[in-house]
Amino acid sequence: MSESNTILIFPCSGIGKSFGTICRDATYSVIEELRKGETDTTCLSLLVAGDGAAIRAVKSHRCFSVDGCTNDCAQKTLEILGAKLVANFRVVDILRENRELKSTSITFLDENGRKLSTLLAEKMAQKVDDLNQSGAVS
Amino acid sequence: MSAPKIGVVACSGECCGEGTISRIATRFVLEKLRSDNTVTICLPLFSIGEKGERMFAKSFPTISVDGCGKKCAKFTIEKYSGKTTRSIVVSDQLEKWGMKNRSPRRELNGEGLEAASKIAEEIVTAMDEILMSR
Repeated sequence: MSESNTILIFPCSGIGKSFGTICRDATYSVIEELRKGETDTTCLSLLVAGDGAAIRAVKSHRCFSVDGCTNDCAQKTLEILGAKLVANFRVVDILRENRELKSTSITFLDENGRKLSTLLAEKMAQKVDDLNQSGAVS
Repeated sequence: MSAPKIGVVACSGECCGEGTISRIATRFVLEKLRSDNTVTICLPLFSIGEKGERMFAKSFPTISVDGCGKKCAKFTIEKYSGKTTRSIVVSDQLEKWGMKNRSPRRELNGEGLEAASKIAEEIVTAMDEILMSR
């Protein structure tokens, strides 16, 4: 598992709407590009299935939840497990601020979906910086 | 009369490319191959959702599509809802077909898309067998 100061990011990866694809893509953008080395992910499905190592990881690392819709599956899953949850993000909230970016493509992101993903990823990256600059580890 | 429905539930695991393949293959079935016969649900809803979500596998014969041998989708469905009718594991299928997945997990390349298409065909075969047995 990652260093203890690594922030773990959990997208809901919802499969029925474009929002799930957007939060998944934004997460990869942060962990593989924008804040590579400072952030990581593991499968939300492992947590849902009750995997012991994954549950220990979310209790010992700071975590972000990234949900597509208002069901807040990632956030609620992390809360139920007693994770060290330090920030929650929602694609629908980003869309409310950018109503012109309505996306309908689910399997592969369309242009608006990519733009929403970029905006969401930038917000997450900023939050990583804010937390690390404040020295918050818990 | 509406077409009979079969549940197809992917793990959508974020750790590896096989999780992405499980997701894309499921979407191919939903959108293109068997849109009239397929229903799906986001996996985390089984644990955090209301009773309606937990009735899913009781209401529909359900196929789990997992990326790896941890079989998170299968175990979650069976823990919260009911027994799965079929279980497909991407890594097992790729090994059986002699295929290697070197696709990025964020966006599948040609090799990953080919694997997703083959997994989608596997799902459809399982669906057809279930439909014929009913």
